[in-house]
Amino acid sequence: MATYKYHILVCGGTGCQASDSAGIIENLKKELEARNLQNDVQVITSGCFGFCEKGPIVKIMPDNTFYVRVTPEDAAIIIEEHIVKGRKVERLLYTDPETQQHISDSKHMGFYQKQLRIALNNCGFIDPENIDEAISRDAYLALGKVLLEMTPQSAIDEIKKSGLRGRGGGGFPTGLKWELASKSPGDEKYVVCNADEGDPGAFMDRSILEGDPHSIIEAMTICGYCIGAHVGLVYIRAEYPLAIHRLKIALDQAREYGLLGDDILGSGFSFDIELRYGAGAFVCGEETALIHSMEGHRGEPTFKPPFPAVSGYLEKPTNVNNVETFACIPIIINKGAEWFASIGSEKSKGTKVFALAGKINNVGLIEVPMGTTLREVIYEIGGGIKGGKEFKAVQTGGPSGGCLTQKHLDTPIDYDNLIAAGSMMGSGGMIVMDEDDCMVSIAKFYLEFTVEESCGKCTPCRVGNKRLHEILDKITKGEGTMEDLDNLKNLSKVIKDTALCGLGQTSPNPVLSTIDNFWDEYVEHVVDKKCRAGVCRSMMRYVIDPEKCVGCTLCARNCPVNAITGERKEAHVIDQSICIKCGACKDKCKFNAIEIK
Amino acid sequence: METIKINIDNKNVEVPKGSTILQAARMNGIHIPTLCYLNLDDMNIENKPGGCRVCVVEVEGRKNLAPACATECLEGMVIKTHTTRILNARRTVVELILSDHPADCLVCAKSGNCELQTLAQDLGIRQITYKGAQSTYRMDTSPSIVRDVDKCIMCRRCEMMCNTVQTVGALSAINRGFEAVVAPAFEQDLIKSSCTYCGQCVAVCPTGALTEVDHTPQLIRDLADPTKTVVVQTAPAVRVALGEEFGMKPGTIVTGKMAAALREIGFDYVFDTDFAADLTIMEEGTELLDRLTRYLNGDKEVKLPILTSCCPAWVNFFEYYFPDMRDVPSTARSPQQMFGAIAKNYFAKKIGVDRKDLVVVSVMPCLAKKYECGRDEFKENGDPDVNYSISTRELAHLIKQSNIDFNKLPDADFDNPLGESTGASVIFGTTGGVIEAAARTAYELFTGKKLEKIDFECLRGLENIRQATVDFNGTPINIGIAHGLGSARKLLECIKKGECNLHAIEIMACPGGCIAGGGQPLHHGDASIIKARHTAIYEEDKNKPIRKSHENPYITKLYEEFLGKPCGELSHHLLHTHYFDKSKVEICIE
Repeated sequence: MATYKYHILVCGGTGCQASDSAGIIENLKKELEARNLQNDVQVITSGCFGFCEKGPIVKIMPDNTFYVRVTPEDAAIIIEEHIVKGRKVERLLYTDPETQQHISDSKHMGFYQKQLRIALNNCGFIDPENIDEAISRDAYLALGKVLLEMTPQSAIDEIKKSGLRGRGGGGFPTGLKWELASKSPGDEKYVVCNADEGDPGAFMDRSILEGDPHSIIEAMTICGYCIGAHVGLVYIRAEYPLAIHRLKIALDQAREYGLLGDDILGSGFSFDIELRYGAGAFVCGEETALIHSMEGHRGEPTFKPPFPAVSGYLEKPTNVNNVETFACIPIIINKGAEWFASIGSEKSKGTKVFALAGKINNVGLIEVPMGTTLREVIYEIGGGIKGGKEFKAVQTGGPSGGCLTQKHLDTPIDYDNLIAAGSMMGSGGMIVMDEDDCMVSIAKFYLEFTVEESCGKCTPCRVGNKRLHEILDKITKGEGTMEDLDNLKNLSKVIKDTALCGLGQTSPNPVLSTIDNFWDEYVEHVVDKKCRAGVCRSMMRYVIDPEKCVGCTLCARNCPVNAITGERKEAHVIDQSICIKCGACKDKCKFNAIEIK
Repeated sequence: METIKINIDNKNVEVPKGSTILQAARMNGIHIPTLCYLNLDDMNIENKPGGCRVCVVEVEGRKNLAPACATECLEGMVIKTHTTRILNARRTVVELILSDHPADCLVCAKSGNCELQTLAQDLGIRQITYKGAQSTYRMDTSPSIVRDVDKCIMCRRCEMMCNTVQTVGALSAINRGFEAVVAPAFEQDLIKSSCTYCGQCVAVCPTGALTEVDHTPQLIRDLADPTKTVVVQTAPAVRVALGEEFGMKPGTIVTGKMAAALREIGFDYVFDTDFAADLTIMEEGTELLDRLTRYLNGDKEVKLPILTSCCPAWVNFFEYYFPDMRDVPSTARSPQQMFGAIAKNYFAKKIGVDRKDLVVVSVMPCLAKKYECGRDEFKENGDPDVNYSISTRELAHLIKQSNIDFNKLPDADFDNPLGESTGASVIFGTTGGVIEAAARTAYELFTGKKLEKIDFECLRGLENIRQATVDFNGTPINIGIAHGLGSARKLLECIKKGECNLHAIEIMACPGGCIAGGGQPLHHGDASIIKARHTAIYEEDKNKPIRKSHENPYITKLYEEFLGKPCGELSHHLLHTHYFDKSKVEICIE
């Protein structure tokens, strides 16, 4: 086996690929060959590093140098300076926003310091298309241990002891779920991996599948052994072509190595995995809807019980877990339940991956121990609010999570605390908002999504969410009444109380949490007809200050709808009935005479 | 039976293990309102999607409300069915449904018979708090069924009927969220789908989203036209259900009142499809005996079992799904069409009226009959043998419009010659009836002996698929019966695989047969109504002086005067038909 002096890891996640990380790899290889260094330096396409804000990322081992926002043109200088001359390329290093110092080792960056990687353990460290690299980092070790040394029940007990709860959002104890499926009678059972990551803001499942597909294959096989299933199905959205591609490669390699298929590791246990593609419906992340979709039926949920553990895919006992949940399994087996249970809070063990986005400096994928506070995540890992603006809210849990505020910043993040605060863990989306965000519009925005994604089966979700959206729309247009606010509250509560599945039961969360935390803002919209964030256009009025206007006519000439009139050298006036609030006049005015009221 | 103890509305009660909260409540006199739920218990028909959320109740220890229809009672469960929380939720849910429903109750076909209207009334809803946009769709009119899906509330009953019970698959939920609705695939018109027009979707639709095509305006015009002679025929199942529309007990037999009402309405001749049913037995029975005799004589080519062909939805079904087996069913036309052919070719001449001036109307428990009479092979130079068909419900409306006090009408008789019938023809109206009628005649023709025991109890009942062996004087004849197209499919697949040793099979598209047809008064999920009609059919049979088709004197006369012999040349021309391969359903996506 060749030994290399340097390994250059280039992020091959979807985000970095979109910024041409493939071009970087190509150029790096060319530059190496030009210097005849291809046998000394290995270029590896790795999984996601998580720091997507700064992508594409190139990491050089063994010195752990972390280059950010690299372009294909930078390949030459990296090879020439770093590899040949041993000098770091300063301009490609990460700059700490606080100290303005360059940091070359990711371990010293605020973004990584507070993180603890369990599910993302191998992401960014291995070539996901090479099983040997995965094995070098302990892949399939847990499978061997389970198949050869443990009984199904003892493995289930280990998972139960670890305190692992479902990472898909519900937080149901994973070991208990496995136990239910294992105790369900029947010799035909299924293991399903839910990779239908429907939350548009979350991409941890995709990153795991793209960066460490073997962890999922291994975990599903362990699960199959525990519950007595021989077939695993990965329900993956068709919009994840790279994840599908890498998963297929990994499956082939695992089969080739005898880690999947008949008589795995000579244990007598057989298991194989097939892929099922989803068409991207949010509701198909709900396990019963997912199962119906896999069966070829309309993707809509059905009433539980019966739970999938009793009657799932093809009416056989089925265990459905999310990608991130499965990714925790091998490490729990390897390091032991006690180790896992030592991380996290009292009722939520281990770590959780969050997709950090919105008005925050460090956008990306992070993994932190349960119990980390929102403040630590937003300010220490996330690097604070973009442009030094005021923090206003953070929305957790995807489109049907709630908006939390300043007062929740020191809340330790776990399943129960988030629910108590009026939000939820959900899939782990975390969107930060600043003073420029209007909370009524935010609630409306999320409702738009749930209205679109409702399957239409139950009345409260089908009609109720539509009505919620209509009321919010009315309020943002300045036509709301106090009665609308009462209706909004009542309707939200009824939808939560009566909807059939998790989608409907949580869809009013953005409304309820913003009503709870930003009631004044709602009242302002309704009573004062004012949007303090300046987002709701219908309520804005562009007004010319006659004191400041010199009558230069520039605004009138630039108004696309001829709403501005006035004599030369005299104060101009905007006709509010014509104005479309485009803001062109304000942008053009050289005397700062146009105000938004 | 194992029971469990629960507490419901502060009452400690014991209920059978496995009961849902809804069942437990009903057993204990608590009426939880429902909307999407439907349960025809003994007929294996249940719709329980838990979608409408009207039946929600509080279960102690549960975070959100539970749908009573789908939640199973557990030992020690404490349930409340009418707290303020529930009443508010239920009212809000119903208001939401109403907010997306056209408020045109006054002119809706279902007004007064609409489950949503009743529910809104029961809950005392006087205003809709959450008003907003309404979903709108294209109106779709097929030969039998009108789809006005603006009125669809997504209860999914039609979908369940069409897919699970009938296995036709013409209707299913499409679109998502607020736009979700039940429609044929690709939002095609029903006429382009594989719909058999069985009308079971209409029979269970709680609102006016699915209704029959209304032919009464045409009928009123024809009755008023002095150049037309208007003849009516009434199917057997109508007489045991029509009374329900006038407040009578289900199962009340109103044959005499119906004949009187039809005469009052202004029909020139009031005839009976039962007459044609007797004729069907002569033709189909002869065909059966011919195939059977050939089979018993060792003819390998003969197609057995013979399948009945009275039911037009069933004919559509095998034309769509089993076209390769279309030489198996009997070629005999349905009684409706036999009647039309005889009326236009025999009766018209007899009274000296040109067939074009004779309007033949049928009153049917069925919606597929509307489609059937429009089939090209049942027309002569464009003139249909049966001009159009109205349903039992349409007849009831017509009687009301004609200012007739139905309940006070004295009984009247049908006119002759096409009004005389036997008990055998009456039982065509329920599952198992056609084959029993055929057996009564075939036995005597086959054995040459008098049938001592007329009632073939072994062929009766409401089980979906039934089999019995009838002894034809030493020759065992194996008979099968299926009702509901899903059951028919099962039997057909058995025949296809050669696993079937039956000689004759009766198939009716509607579960229960014609008594539960898509044109009958709505049962609203009450199976006891269907059972009462079933019992009434056999009672009407028993009361008939003649109970075997071949003994009908007017049938004998018809053969003597006009047709010659059963399955003869004229019969072949007028009373038999052929079938088409309709497996390729045209798909055009706009």
